[in-house]
Amino acid sequence: MIAETGHFAMILALAVALVQGTLPLVGAQRNHLPWMAMAGPAALAQCLLAAIAFFSLMTAHIVSDFSVLNVVQNSHSAKPMLYKVAGVWGNHEGSLLLWIFILTVYGAAVALFGRNLPAGLRARVLAVQAWIAIGFLLFTLLTSNPFVRVDPAPADGQGLNPLLQDPGLAFHPPFLYLGYVGFSMAFAFAIAALIEGRVDPAWARWVRPWTLVAWCFLTTGIAMGSWWAYYTLGWGGWWYWDPVENASFMPWLAGTALLHSAIVVEKRDSLKSWTILLAILTFTLSLLGTFLVRSGVLTSVHAFASDPARGIFILAFLVLVVGGSLVLFAVRAPTLQSGGLFAPLSREGALVLNNLLLATACGTVLLGTLYPLLLDAITGEKVSVGPPFFNAVFIPLMVPLIGALAIGPLLAWKRGDLAGAIGRLKAAFAFAAIMALGTWWWLSNGPLLAVLGMALVGWLAVGVLVELAERLRLFRVPLAESWARARHLPRATYGMSIAHFGVALVVLGIAASGTWQSDYLGVLKPGQTVTVGPYDFTLQSVGPVPGPNYQAMRGTFLVSRDGQPVAVMQPETRRYPVPPMDTTSSALRATPIADLYAVIGEPDGKGGYAARLYHKPLVSWIWLGAMVMVLGGLVSLSDRRHRVGAPSRRKGALAGAAVEAARA
Amino acid sequence: MLGRIATMSLGRFMLVYASPAVIFAAVAMLLYQGLSLDPRVIPSVMIDKPVPTFDLPPVANHTAGLSSADLHKGQVVLVNVFASWCVSCRVEHPLLLELKRQGVLPVYGIAYKDNPKDSAAWLAQLGDPYSRTGADVSGRVGIDFGVYGVPESYLIGKDGRIAYKQIGPITPDDLQNKILPLARKLGGQG
Repeated sequence: MIAETGHFAMILALAVALVQGTLPLVGAQRNHLPWMAMAGPAALAQCLLAAIAFFSLMTAHIVSDFSVLNVVQNSHSAKPMLYKVAGVWGNHEGSLLLWIFILTVYGAAVALFGRNLPAGLRARVLAVQAWIAIGFLLFTLLTSNPFVRVDPAPADGQGLNPLLQDPGLAFHPPFLYLGYVGFSMAFAFAIAALIEGRVDPAWARWVRPWTLVAWCFLTTGIAMGSWWAYYTLGWGGWWYWDPVENASFMPWLAGTALLHSAIVVEKRDSLKSWTILLAILTFTLSLLGTFLVRSGVLTSVHAFASDPARGIFILAFLVLVVGGSLVLFAVRAPTLQSGGLFAPLSREGALVLNNLLLATACGTVLLGTLYPLLLDAITGEKVSVGPPFFNAVFIPLMVPLIGALAIGPLLAWKRGDLAGAIGRLKAAFAFAAIMALGTWWWLSNGPLLAVLGMALVGWLAVGVLVELAERLRLFRVPLAESWARARHLPRATYGMSIAHFGVALVVLGIAASGTWQSDYLGVLKPGQTVTVGPYDFTLQSVGPVPGPNYQAMRGTFLVSRDGQPVAVMQPETRRYPVPPMDTTSSALRATPIADLYAVIGEPDGKGGYAARLYHKPLVSWIWLGAMVMVLGGLVSLSDRRHRVGAPSRRKGALAGAAVEAARA
Repeated sequence: MLGRIATMSLGRFMLVYASPAVIFAAVAMLLYQGLSLDPRVIPSVMIDKPVPTFDLPPVANHTAGLSSADLHKGQVVLVNVFASWCVSCRVEHPLLLELKRQGVLPVYGIAYKDNPKDSAAWLAQLGDPYSRTGADVSGRVGIDFGVYGVPESYLIGKDGRIAYKQIGPITPDDLQNKILPLARKLGGQG
């Protein structure tokens, strides 16, 4: 019964979406208020129906209803409850339903908190949202219905891929989707603005917080995914340039650019058509990610069971949505009135540079991701594009970006003083030089990239502090006055400083862990000791341990430093019976100073075991830094200007509610 | 270009505004092309190579095991890699039974990383299309063959060389248009 309820709710949601996508749009064109006003209640009804469908599927998974095909294929009665719940979105059909649910939550948020939007804009935004929902609802109902029954019902399910049975991964997709789908808001606002033919600072003030919400979620989601890859896959790396990782990284790059260009629209009424284009592209890349994961066009560890019929459907949808909006852009964008002019050396100019570099980076990632497909289509040759390509093109783009990141905020709007800004960054420059020389000395002619990386960390971290001190006129006016300034500084400014400082921390983690990592890869017999970095690892014993739905072989390492025991680490190799699969479960001892990382592998048959041991200094800062960036985003979201005039005061609460809803 | 877009006056450089749509059209065409390609089809390095040397015991309750010597008897055969835990194997199974019924091409089975009892129970339940079976419990022989997922099938020529590799379940179309014609060409009974 519950499956039929969910199925029926989805069909009803489609009907509501059809109404929401048409009447308000026509009403807005004809200035017919009652029709426009239908958009709000329709969005709420759609959200309710999508919630019913989503929680129906979740209930089926929780009670292990094996008469539902989706549960049979992705669940197992012996699976821990957390993964029964997470299994709902650990598969193609269920993840689509989650996507739709989140989309309607955003729609409902506009309906609830967007009451002070101009009626026409609100109606059009919700109508565009509805069309996206229609596409996804049709896709789910026609090609990927999660509520299909099986008769007779099997006694038990086939289980969830063991790699996905991990708490970190359980919440990685919902965050990613909250990010992806969140960019649909910027997209809907962009299309609504193109239909209206008007983009003004008020529009940007509306778009920016939504983009920021989506960006915070996406950043969190990507960081969680990277953290999961780091500690479960047992390869010791944290980013692999896998096509699906790239699929989430591209919207992030475009979204970050959008976040910055929207500032220019808001403050200076300029860069309008570019910002609109970025809003369209960011959501396009989110959709493209969905296409790449589900169509089987590219191979990846993440790929869902693929099906050409689904691929055709998503592609058609992609062409309709993106092609349509880009044609609309081509027709309407030239008519957008451009506002303030600016000199190349100005805050606007710096933000344009930021946009150019981020957009180029995004383009190169896209090229690298699609290149195997391009080559296969043209010559039939099979290649895979890996880290060497991405590192070679990505790092040269990030270096100037980070270099300019410290300078940009010090430039004035309209016409900046580069020499003055650089002059004020003397401290940052000195600190960068110290970091570079220190690294150089420590590594004794070490890799240039390490020296450069550490110099950038010093430059950016101190640059951010200098910029903040400049705003407070610290040490140039009495401390009391600085304190007063500090209290009156907008939160958005603090948000920016925090987020930029987070970037410096991420760079620190990347540069330091890559430079000072030490490792041991080899066969160890119980009782043997090896030295990795400043630590001694002793393999004490290896033995079998039963798990809830797997059998594990656990190695016990005693870790000591200078003869003092520091930790006991117990990595495992797990063997799952359904579906049969071996996974490694690494042991990790994470501290802000350094991570210790141990993996135990196959026995060599002569009493030894393959072991991999790593000492990775400062690697945690990659993820801590990302969280600091998100914190910056959240602080910026709480800025007064988003609350005054726009009743988005409860946006934090709303975002929280969305997370709660996704977790529940 | 950004600065230009920002300051451009009405009507000029219309092409600039149209370019995103044009570029997208090209990407969409590429993606459409991509749908008909399968990135998983990787040319096997084992084609035209002799089968690896191995000797496997039969799965439980079966008499004939499988070894590389069985593939060097001047006969064209199909070696099918399967497992009782493999869902797609159930899909192609009726086709293999049909092949056995027609008797056009001998089919040998390798039970890949499977408990021999489970394999035997599976064959007892669904029917046994194999004239010989080998229980590759450790998956070692599978690795030598270059198996990276079940089901996979290998068409072996009279000379004991691998002539064709099928990744994934065999469809009726694959059988009629690829495997059987090739088997005939290799001089089998088919």
